[in-house]
Amino acid sequence: MLHLFARTQKQKKLVHNLSCRGVSHIDFGSLKMSGGPGLESLVDQTISVITNDGRNIVGVLKGFDQATNIILDESHERVYSTKEGVQQLVLGLYIIRGDNISVVGELDEDLDAHLDLSKLRAHPLKPVIH
Amino acid sequence: MLFFSYFKDLVGREVTVELKNDLAIRGTLHSVDQYLNIKLENTRVVDQDKYPHMLSVRNCFIRGSVVRYVQLPPEGVDIELLHDATRREARGG
Repeated sequence: MLHLFARTQKQKKLVHNLSCRGVSHIDFGSLKMSGGPGLESLVDQTISVITNDGRNIVGVLKGFDQATNIILDESHERVYSTKEGVQQLVLGLYIIRGDNISVVGELDEDLDAHLDLSKLRAHPLKPVIH
Repeated sequence: MLFFSYFKDLVGREVTVELKNDLAIRGTLHSVDQYLNIKLENTRVVDQDKYPHMLSVRNCFIRGSVVRYVQLPPEGVDIELLHDATRREARGG
């Protein structure tokens, strides 16, 4: 029954190793919770990243690691200014080093579709000062 | 480890996280890890007119290294317990 709960390759491998040792039940849901705020749940979703220098990059999360380094696909930058609406610059496939990341937000597609970026004016975000 | 355990006890509470770029995000504490990275749900930025950059974000992950303050609900703070725990840690035991 154990294999029913395992979805990723990693989990299947873990299950195989454990069932060899006689373990019959693992709750992967709770394993995930105890792992804290990982980015697993955001993989293949559109995310909005705020970097330490105040840039806002939107793209599809393809991968991440312990240091919060992330891989973004089909990414673009949203450039905020007070003089004109938000400009979107196409970036493509990007890797962002974890040191340089402030916030990773899950982009709600509905909310984003209703947002009129051409009318949105704001100062760019300030850089992070440690 | 002390503050990791402390924040774990606050999961489910409403907190405001102020970042080192002056952005303040309010939301329900979903989880925290060893680096004090924080995940918030039902988030809204405190001054949305000044900071419309996260208008379409409802759940977010905040890197521990950019957190300046975490503002807690008053009932989430047991000062006696924190005093004891910090003193114990300062003594090295």
